[in-house]
Amino acid sequence: MEYRYIKTPKVEGVKLLDKFNVKKPTTGILYLTTTHLIFVEKAGKRETWLLYMHMATVEKMAITTAGSPLQIHCKNFMCLTFLIPRERDCHDVYITLSELSKPENIEDLYAFHFTAPGTILKSYGWSNFDLLSEYLRMGAPNEHWVLSNLNTKYELCDTYSKNVYVPAVASTPVLLGSSKFRSRGRFPVLSYLHRENQASITRCSQPLAGFSARCVEDEQMLQAVLRSNPKSQFMYVVDTRPKINAMANKAAGKGYENESFYSNMKFQFLGIENIHVMRSSLQKLLEVCELKNPSMNAFLSGLENTGWLKHIRSVLETSVFIAQAVHNGVNVLVHCSDGWDRTAQTCSLAGLMLDPYYRTIQGFQALIEKEWLSFGHKFTDRCGYLNTVDSKEISPVFTQFLESVWQLSQQYPCAFQFNERFLIAIHDHVYSCQFGTFIGNCEKDRIDLRLSERTFSLWGYLAQNINEFTNPLFKKEYEITHSVLIPQTNPQFFKFWRGLYNRFENGIHPRENDIDLLSVYRQHSYSIEDHIALLEKRVMQICKLLGKPDEIIQLKLQGFLSVDSLDGILADHIESNENEFHHNAGILDEAAGFDSISNGHITDTIKHSHIGCDIGPRIKPRMDELENLDNMILDSDLLTLDQLVSELRTVALDWRSFRRVYNCNCLTPFDHHVKKFHCWKCGDVFCNRCTSQTISLQGHLSSQQVPVCTSCFQYVQQSRSR
Amino acid sequence: MEFAEFIKTPMVDNVTLKENFKKPIEGTLCITGHHLIISSRNQPHDELWVLHSLVDSIEKKLSGSTGTLTLKCKNFKVLQLAMPTVEDCLNVASSIEQLSNLGDIALKYPFFYQPSFEILEDGWQAFQPETEFSRHKECSDEWRLSYVNKDYQVCSSYPSVVIVPKSVEDELIVRVAKFRQNGRFPVLSYFHRHNKTALMRSSQPLTGSNSNRCKEDERLVNSILVQGRRGYIVDTRAQSVAKMAQAKGGGYEPEANYSRWRRIHQPIERHQAFHDSLIKMIEACSDPNCSMDKWLSKLESSNWMTHVKDILTCACVVAQCIDKEGASVLVHGSEGTDTTLQVTSLAQLILDHDCRTVTGFEALIEREWIRGGHPFRLRCSKSAYAVTKQRKESPVFLLFIDAVRQILQQFPCSFEFNEYFLIDLIQHVYSSQYGTFLCNNEKEKSVHKVTTTTVSLWSYINRPQVLNQYLNPLYQPNQVVLWPSVAPQSLELWNELYLRSQADPVPMEDRWREVVKIAEYDKELKAKAIRLRRQLAALEKEAISKGVIKLEGDTGGKTVTSTEGAVGGKAEGASVNKPVKQASINKTLKPVDGTVDSKNVKEADGVAMDKLENPTSDKTVEQLEDAVGGLSITSTVK
Repeated sequence: MEYRYIKTPKVEGVKLLDKFNVKKPTTGILYLTTTHLIFVEKAGKRETWLLYMHMATVEKMAITTAGSPLQIHCKNFMCLTFLIPRERDCHDVYITLSELSKPENIEDLYAFHFTAPGTILKSYGWSNFDLLSEYLRMGAPNEHWVLSNLNTKYELCDTYSKNVYVPAVASTPVLLGSSKFRSRGRFPVLSYLHRENQASITRCSQPLAGFSARCVEDEQMLQAVLRSNPKSQFMYVVDTRPKINAMANKAAGKGYENESFYSNMKFQFLGIENIHVMRSSLQKLLEVCELKNPSMNAFLSGLENTGWLKHIRSVLETSVFIAQAVHNGVNVLVHCSDGWDRTAQTCSLAGLMLDPYYRTIQGFQALIEKEWLSFGHKFTDRCGYLNTVDSKEISPVFTQFLESVWQLSQQYPCAFQFNERFLIAIHDHVYSCQFGTFIGNCEKDRIDLRLSERTFSLWGYLAQNINEFTNPLFKKEYEITHSVLIPQTNPQFFKFWRGLYNRFENGIHPRENDIDLLSVYRQHSYSIEDHIALLEKRVMQICKLLGKPDEIIQLKLQGFLSVDSLDGILADHIESNENEFHHNAGILDEAAGFDSISNGHITDTIKHSHIGCDIGPRIKPRMDELENLDNMILDSDLLTLDQLVSELRTVALDWRSFRRVYNCNCLTPFDHHVKKFHCWKCGDVFCNRCTSQTISLQGHLSSQQVPVCTSCFQYVQQSRSR
Repeated sequence: MEFAEFIKTPMVDNVTLKENFKKPIEGTLCITGHHLIISSRNQPHDELWVLHSLVDSIEKKLSGSTGTLTLKCKNFKVLQLAMPTVEDCLNVASSIEQLSNLGDIALKYPFFYQPSFEILEDGWQAFQPETEFSRHKECSDEWRLSYVNKDYQVCSSYPSVVIVPKSVEDELIVRVAKFRQNGRFPVLSYFHRHNKTALMRSSQPLTGSNSNRCKEDERLVNSILVQGRRGYIVDTRAQSVAKMAQAKGGGYEPEANYSRWRRIHQPIERHQAFHDSLIKMIEACSDPNCSMDKWLSKLESSNWMTHVKDILTCACVVAQCIDKEGASVLVHGSEGTDTTLQVTSLAQLILDHDCRTVTGFEALIEREWIRGGHPFRLRCSKSAYAVTKQRKESPVFLLFIDAVRQILQQFPCSFEFNEYFLIDLIQHVYSSQYGTFLCNNEKEKSVHKVTTTTVSLWSYINRPQVLNQYLNPLYQPNQVVLWPSVAPQSLELWNELYLRSQADPVPMEDRWREVVKIAEYDKELKAKAIRLRRQLAALEKEAISKGVIKLEGDTGGKTVTSTEGAVGGKAEGASVNKPVKQASINKTLKPVDGTVDSKNVKEADGVAMDKLENPTSDKTVEQLEDAVGGLSITSTVK
């Protein structure tokens, strides 16, 4: 259907201009498909893919003798300039891109046409999150909080979820009254309940106070929220806006609460700027990012002038204020104007600081689902999916949230189960519209569009590629040692997020990625553990065949090559080595524990959709086997020498270093932001696509499916069928 | 001893030491000639020793009958001492102030320090020019060691032994030295084996406003150029600055006289500017409550990051000339003791993978900075917090280390050492029990008999138990030239050093521990797997020799049925038989039918499996051993 827009499917002799090397553009062919603009370099066949949905602006620049330049800015911060030889072609491409990058109709979005490769079901991932179970996890409903049935048909507030939790003591008239007194009916409802002390975060929109209006029900509502936490004598009402903005709203009959009508409340204005300020700040930031060879001072003063980091800091500072209050046992009610931008940012960040669950991969999804999707952050409008969206509605509110999370993860590198790639992947797909997850402006929109039936879920995609997104440094102990994470908000601790805003500038990133290397170590350790388990079993089997006593077997397992000659001093050794042996067992147990998160490829996608399946049991039986050696031998398969040999050959002990690997076998170039993968059998380096097949290896004791490259996959399959 | 006169109160009880993010220590404060010691009376017994020379500034704050002392240290730590009485407070403050500012070098702690460890390898002997040169000699015959400066007469800031072009005789060097500021004639700094190009350094030529010329100087520098090739002179000053230097008798090499050289000006600020920058930058870092705008504008106006960028850029230019263009390079600024050394040493770090090991880096510092005559005593006696401003102070070396750390950030797997090594080096430069960074040059060192009366820092660091904490578990030796990015986005302020008094160190220490744990665990596992593979192979052999495992088709336990071509079809391959019961071990073995076609194995694994041709018992074990090391597996990687 979109074919009608495509005027020229292919343009030859196009030059891709390099910002840093204007004199040396690369020449190639531009293809226009239904979903992507693809530039294929003539030499090297390197491909650059641009999703139409990602295009923010397409501009025709002043024509030059060499051709007509066409500049494309993408929402994932890619910026490309093509030089098209003929003006007419340039114009055709321009028209086509303008049409395709901003559909008129929501059902023309990419998600409604996208089909995932392979056998993944559309339903996969849609059921990962359930709002009611998330509240149950937090401890609601309980004696203070109940699930209200007033919004089941979205009659009270159509931008909220149909499931909202309200104070148990708040009567229906109070809820109705409060809802009428709040902008767009967004009355105070539960956002987060802190299990440790029952303090809570509630969120709403601004009151329709104007200069003098007053609503008794709303006042009672706030008292009800206060009473839900009997241990506290007061609560905070956090208005995230600068006070002057809040005052300006009074003229429009909105504004902020009159302190004299609400008792036992402490009111706080925290000064986060509005969406328009944020939009222009990001625009300035991108201009700084695109400076050609800036001096250090030009960059720093540019960065200062954008105000971007100042805004990120104010978002984090407000979140810290909320988190600290809740940590100290005080309830906080948060609102801004409509309660779906700044409120969503600060409530979700405060949750992230308070609850270690939200710092896991699964929990982070729950956090986004709860605070952003179910509370109606207007993704369609803020991200400008459609041509019909007013450009004044577009604002990088969610981007700021992701950046704040990134800033936190920079201060606490071991506190998060996910890595930077994960945040960037979410950012990309919020804008790509490839998945239905973020389409629409609220829960009601998504249900009306039947997205869970018609589109794929981002969470399903992320779960499938979990290996790419786990942080190897994640320490589970942080759940206890750093259960509440209060970051530093000194300006010195805020960094420029080069990995997002300058992602496509290949030259400026670290040339070696230590986090990726550590992920490789984790994966490799996992493979070797499994292999060792098998080797130990084989050693025990042969020892038994040779009739060796158990003590000798234990020494053999520790690698003593010629224990038999040590017969005389054996007794002493056994004792001292036994200690070591137990010590080793300890290490393995620990390993089993800490590896449980980064464990291998998740293949049985439904079954393992939650990460962190425990590999402990796989190691443990090995210890039992020692004791029940006879049984084990009777139960095990028959062995052949060739089998032994081939077992050794199926597991690579050494994995190839990433160094000087510039592209995959399939010629996909490895840019800095492309993650490299290993084949677990041959140990060579491949791209994600080339290691997407999984199979169990003979050299592993468990028959866990592990990623292998295409040729190893075929080899293992062939040898198996024989 | 002479220290006693400064120590008014040698001991104060009930003092509390506070440091951000650390548990306070309550206890007794002792002042000795070189240390401030605080030890707690409580269990566990905490004790902290601080060298007076580490204290950069001391601030007193009196309130009522008590007082607080804030000690700002040269390693950017800030300590607070809560004193019980005003008198103690004042006495201690004045003692520390005087003891931390002792000018007399003979009173420095290294001359008093007795090591508590046995010196295995003497750091003073570790990097002798003769041994370094003998290695160098293997790849080039164009150079020689010159002892022309053995009495430090020709150049007081040069070492007694230098490397100069072989074709240039000592008399000529003496004349060249008169034409270069402070006698710093061009010497070899680094030789790039890869393409046999040289990096030399010197001070500025004394051309002066009369355009003086020195034929000997021209001959010396030209002598290193290969016939028909041009070299580069990299001047670390802006052209205008170099021109202005002529008025004061300095200058630069004019093209007319140095026609075989191209001059490039890669401006780096003078060392005085560095000091101001450091003060401004640290001041900006110490204000946690300022606004984002103010912080960024203060950071910008400090120019610190600009210096880092300039130094790195210049080093990259030098490295490019050498590696990409194959041209020899002469680097100088004015005196040739500051920016020149930053550039030559960084260029080596970029070009030479040896410099990225611990000993290589130590050698680099010893060669370029210590023997190269960087005036450490003048530059590094005070740091950012000091109230008294001295003109010669300058964090030249700190900037070099900062730049090294930037490269380390961009290539975290190419350095044998970690960031903590660099941070501790900085501390030892400013305040140390070791003599390595004492004095301004080798001449002064020999006057004060530093090498015979003090301990070398390298003697301490190079012991395994110390070295271990400085090793980078992600290190994979990387022979290639590193090309760091110098874009502003790529350079980061070194928070772990400059903001150490503001930040909780625990998350970053956790991070490092985790990195070490993951890497070490993987290494351990791999070693274990190899051990078990060997074990398996040995057991296999034993099982076969004892006849516990028989090979199928094997008649007597010795002869085997294979022929060369039979791999695929006839030979069934060896098989391990497994007894059904333990009792059956005594030779009643049941043959097994699970044979594997070894030809297919061969096809898949290519070369490495060629040995498989004969499935004799020995050969099979051999294959097993083959597979053991994992070598055959990696060698088949495409």
